[in-house]
Amino acid sequence: METALRPESEAQLRAVLAWALAESTPLEVAGRGTKRGLGRPGQYAHRVDTAALAGIMLYEPEELVLEAKAGTPLAAIEDAVAAKSQMLAFEPADWGRLYGAAAGAATIGGVIACNLSGPRRPTAGAARDHLLGFAAISGRAEAFKAGGRVVKNVTGYDLCKLLTGSHGTLAVLTSVTLKVLPTPETGATLVLDGLDDAAAIALLAEIAGAAIDGSGFAYLPAARGGAWRPPGLAPGVGAALIRLEGTRASVAERAKRLTATIGARAPLRTLDRDNSLALWRGIRDVEPFVAAAPDAALWRLSLPPDRGAAVVAAIAVQRPIEYFYDWAGGLVWLQTSAATDGGAAAIRAALADVGGHATLVRAPDALRGAVAVFEPQAPALARLTRRVKDSFDPRAVLNPGRMYAGV
Amino acid sequence: MKMPALDQAVLDRRAELASALRAIVGNAAVIDRPEALRVYESDGLTAYRQVPMLVALPATTAEVSAILALCSGRGVKVVPRGAGTSLSGGALPLGDGLLLGLAKFNRILDIDYANRCAVVQPGVTNLAITRAVEDAGFYYAPDPSSQIACTIGGNVAENSGGVHCLKYGVTTNNILGLEIVLMNGEMVRLGGKHWDAEGYDLMGVMAGSEGLLGVVTEVTVRLLRKPETARALLIGFPSAEAGGACVAEVIARGIIPAGMEMMDRPAIHAAEEFCGSGYPLDVEALLIVELDGNAVEVDEAIERVRAIAQETGAVSIRASASEAERLAFWAGRKAAFPAVGRISPDYYCMDGTIPRKRLPEVLRRMTEMSARHGLRLANVFHAGDGNLHPLILYDANTAGELETAEKFGAEILTLCVEVGGVLTGEHGVGVEKRDLMGTMFTEADLAQQQRLKCAFDPDGRLNPGKVFPVLHRCAELGRVHVHRGHVRFPDLPRF
Repeated sequence: METALRPESEAQLRAVLAWALAESTPLEVAGRGTKRGLGRPGQYAHRVDTAALAGIMLYEPEELVLEAKAGTPLAAIEDAVAAKSQMLAFEPADWGRLYGAAAGAATIGGVIACNLSGPRRPTAGAARDHLLGFAAISGRAEAFKAGGRVVKNVTGYDLCKLLTGSHGTLAVLTSVTLKVLPTPETGATLVLDGLDDAAAIALLAEIAGAAIDGSGFAYLPAARGGAWRPPGLAPGVGAALIRLEGTRASVAERAKRLTATIGARAPLRTLDRDNSLALWRGIRDVEPFVAAAPDAALWRLSLPPDRGAAVVAAIAVQRPIEYFYDWAGGLVWLQTSAATDGGAAAIRAALADVGGHATLVRAPDALRGAVAVFEPQAPALARLTRRVKDSFDPRAVLNPGRMYAGV
Repeated sequence: MKMPALDQAVLDRRAELASALRAIVGNAAVIDRPEALRVYESDGLTAYRQVPMLVALPATTAEVSAILALCSGRGVKVVPRGAGTSLSGGALPLGDGLLLGLAKFNRILDIDYANRCAVVQPGVTNLAITRAVEDAGFYYAPDPSSQIACTIGGNVAENSGGVHCLKYGVTTNNILGLEIVLMNGEMVRLGGKHWDAEGYDLMGVMAGSEGLLGVVTEVTVRLLRKPETARALLIGFPSAEAGGACVAEVIARGIIPAGMEMMDRPAIHAAEEFCGSGYPLDVEALLIVELDGNAVEVDEAIERVRAIAQETGAVSIRASASEAERLAFWAGRKAAFPAVGRISPDYYCMDGTIPRKRLPEVLRRMTEMSARHGLRLANVFHAGDGNLHPLILYDANTAGELETAEKFGAEILTLCVEVGGVLTGEHGVGVEKRDLMGTMFTEADLAQQQRLKCAFDPDGRLNPGKVFPVLHRCAELGRVHVHRGHVRFPDLPRF
């Protein structure tokens, strides 16, 4: 029977970890537990979460910095910064609904631990690029901190990068300091209807590399892209989507130029601000695949953007898939049957030649236990990864096995 | 500055090591003559000098791997070096160590416009990347002042910045992949041409690790499209407070300039005498604000910043009307260091970062320190990101002035930490700020950083004596302290 512990102070959390260390007892580490289905399935006798370590500790809009306890709901932070016309520019994705949790329930600590970024990632950076500092308790039950409250800081190793995306396997975050940025005055989305995958990805790559300063480049294919279509997009039509953000004058000017450059290649329309917001929120939160198909495997592929369409085509030859693209082709969400290996071999073979990685984001426990959830590592990197884990959590008490066996 | 004690056993086998190195890289690529070794005795922080035991100049990853494995086996310390422009002594050699020069890694391997990235060897200079891609309309964003000479490998080691960081980030935000060689000779690839390589972000850890974790042998950098237009404003203020208020207000109103630089009166005067940029001389603070993007948005932002400057008490405002004028605005700022070098026999450049709003207070307290130490001070400031570069003017030929300058510098950095900032924004800790690490970090913080070092280099052979004030053995750091007797379930909420 699992015991779930919810410490109300850093000291209590440290006591829990000291006990786990003394007993060499593995703990499942969580924020509010919205993404417990992410990672390799594990058997943990006990769970500890940071839900009670919540609250914004400091927010200085003119310094572009916010510090919050790790268990602070992401929604609370987004509300606070929105009130000052600011934002978390990496557009943190809310994956909770993929696992049946309520929308907006995630904590900021969980977002950082999973390095969750949205469509703005190629231009604004990922979660890892916006974490300025943190405090945490290691698997050695020792409190430590790194980084600071300023954007430019090279004092000591950049442990902010290491902790971001470490899935709670190195230390339990207790507070995070984030860079915030002004919210663009307005946004609009240009839609090109009817392009096929290859043409759409080539076009998005071209525009991502042009002086048009877009902040979102996605493609929803005509068929096999999930049934989801936000207001303003027609079902059954492939849609290449380009988001422009900035001042009104700037967005209008860039939309005009883009229309002049590419308007002849496909029918081109503009989504207004509200539809545009709904569209990119949906892409961010993987809306096409939120409704879990029974016995399906949901994969997230990160790869060189110009190879997106070719990789998808190679996988589609092997097995039936549904999918869509973000990051100008550099991010592919792909769902397929969980049968056999859930597509692991076909997907990873398709990526092997071009570089990149595939993560099995959602699948039945049995499949996540049977195939590598995270991209398998070369031997030297796997050994280094294990030594890094040992240096923070020598008795493997924090989420052991969640990313890799033995880590 | 205390460095690790010389290892006599290693020094005794110097000739043998030189032969073994020659077997790997060939005769010409191993330097052991005293006069040739002297070239490498310091980096950009010339106050510290040490001739290395030997220098090796490998040309391939396989050679780097063989050299590190050799040194690992023989217990020889290794200091990696790019162009040697570090301002913190990061590439300061060790008297019983091998200096590993990466200068031969000078090729651009692949320019991939479709994926907006380039794969380069670590010895390629920062500016050479931009030069290689600018005809196609691209550039590499981080632009440290030393960009004509500094190498991308060194930029990764120091996580270098530049004047455009606020909008475009520093090195770590602009790299996608690395190939590194560990001290045991193992080669590891991190990332690639894709975003957000999963697993632990060891590429992020390598950036700014100051050559202590691994040797970078290949870098994949992001390329950005050159903005269509850039314009700058040159704004004079009667006080640092007014200048600081303008900076805060620009950001509060949602404008993120491509660059926002401030200079104080001594720096303005030195730069103007040196360059004749047309800086106003009757102001206490001068701000350069650069906006980039398309012409419509840039013109719009220029007018918004101009209005903010007026509201915050600017006494002179000029907007660049041409590219030549914009470059003239920058010329004085970019030459601020040599300009200060003209008015003083020596200067010592500091590199703290502070929360922007503490600027007036920090300037005031530094002025007090200046009077107390009897040394002049000039300030240039990356105002957008809070990175302060006070230049302490001194004369090394006057007995005691260097020591006073160092003491003054340490006080400035301690002040930066006290107001919520950090010891170093972009120059690195190196040997220079090593002994100040305790002002910012607890022993537990530093121990955890050193444990990470142990994961990469368990015997502490790679660039020892830098960054950490006290070297602990990995076995000692790794010991687990268990406090038995903790109640099985502490008294806290369950659910």
